[in-house]
Amino acid sequence: MSKVRVLVGTHRGAFIMESDGKREQWDISGPHFAGWEIYHLKGSPADPNRLYASQTSGWFGQVIQRSSDGGKTWEPVDNKFVYDGVPGTHQWYDGKPHPWEFKRVWHLEPSLTDPDTVYAGVEDAALFRTTDGGKSWQELPGLRGHGSGSRWQPGAGGMGLHTILLDPTDPQRMYIAISAAGAFRTDDGGTTWKPITKGLHSAILPEPTAEVGHCVHRIAMHKSRPNVLFMQKHWDVMRTDDAGDQWREVSGNLPTDFGFVIDVHAHEPETIYVVPIKSDSEHFPIDGKLRVYRSKTGGNEWEPLTKGLPQGDCYVNVLRDAMAIDSLDSCGVYFGTTGGQVYASADSGDTWAPIAEHLPSVLSVEVQTLA
Amino acid sequence: MIRVVLPAHLRTLAQIGGEVQLEVMGQVTQRSILDALEARYPMLQGTIRDHVTQERRAFVRFFACQEDLSHESPDAPLPDAVASGAEPFLVVGAIAGG
Repeated sequence: MSKVRVLVGTHRGAFIMESDGKREQWDISGPHFAGWEIYHLKGSPADPNRLYASQTSGWFGQVIQRSSDGGKTWEPVDNKFVYDGVPGTHQWYDGKPHPWEFKRVWHLEPSLTDPDTVYAGVEDAALFRTTDGGKSWQELPGLRGHGSGSRWQPGAGGMGLHTILLDPTDPQRMYIAISAAGAFRTDDGGTTWKPITKGLHSAILPEPTAEVGHCVHRIAMHKSRPNVLFMQKHWDVMRTDDAGDQWREVSGNLPTDFGFVIDVHAHEPETIYVVPIKSDSEHFPIDGKLRVYRSKTGGNEWEPLTKGLPQGDCYVNVLRDAMAIDSLDSCGVYFGTTGGQVYASADSGDTWAPIAEHLPSVLSVEVQTLA
Repeated sequence: MIRVVLPAHLRTLAQIGGEVQLEVMGQVTQRSILDALEARYPMLQGTIRDHVTQERRAFVRFFACQEDLSHESPDAPLPDAVASGAEPFLVVGAIAGG
């Protein structure tokens, strides 16, 4: 019988939650790496027992952990992230040049085919890769080497590379997103990159349609249609049908189009999910009601999903890496909140129930569908 | 034998139960202690001092003999009591928060 394993990163450790295909009873282990910030952990699609975790601390810096047994045991691997060549500068908050400085790994994206190959998105924004299971990391410098790098500027949360999407049909193509530099695509395995921001409009920029500077919060893709991407920008939910060459807004009837997460149903490529957040100055849901919104039409027409979610006095946020989708026949949707709740729906979002309610603030949620 | 006391998070990371005892060749300095420590526990590389610059991380402090030695040169000789093992060299996570 199939089962699922949910990987949750929090401000004070990691938690692993397992259930059978019914997704009603959960076994929770953790906290792993207690007391550390776990920005992200994710399993290899090629070997589901191979997990990688980004463990960070303001005191002790970055650690990368690897498990070969589905998270039962872990071993630290290389944590040396050194920018290629002379790092140069990007813009600081005051508009002045600021040297590139490694701070932490925001996101780990294992290869679709090789458990020893993993991409790491880091702050200050850059893309690294290991091909030896984490024993060493090398930067893919073409991204920062894009001519715009010196103009990138951090958002309030830092200048993190938080989204890495691998095209399952073309190993040379991937997409990344950076707060607040925007989104980029490579078609040659990471050697060269181009901004994919045409159609984005950000009123917070002096030039609202600038090539770089958009605060992209998350991009999602369905594996069957890698040219179709959905984006939750700082404000605006966007869609492209041509691999990012042109975007259009699909916020439609959302009560607010500010938010962080966005994801796609496992079996319905036009069904997408967001969690609208009131505004960038009030990082909580409107009216204290925690509502997931679902569109079955690829955007524009949205319906609120509320059954099982708190509909009063709820003032949590759902951060950019904190939603995931399983691939069981009845598609499961998961998300975690800054209030320490992890919610699951085993019926594509129609109904929800908490897996855990009192964890540290949730930074990331991933799910593995296991045979 | 040099005695080193690490903060709890680093003891957990390196799977160390209590004090670390190290043989340090040559003069006993911050650098020679940390070199020996990282050689025995490679997973501590980058957690106490920066991988590239080898500078102490901002929120890590070095104490010994009731003194804060954090701002001393990494190549300055440490007190005789540390070199003899009478007193431990303390790696401390700085107080932060409210």
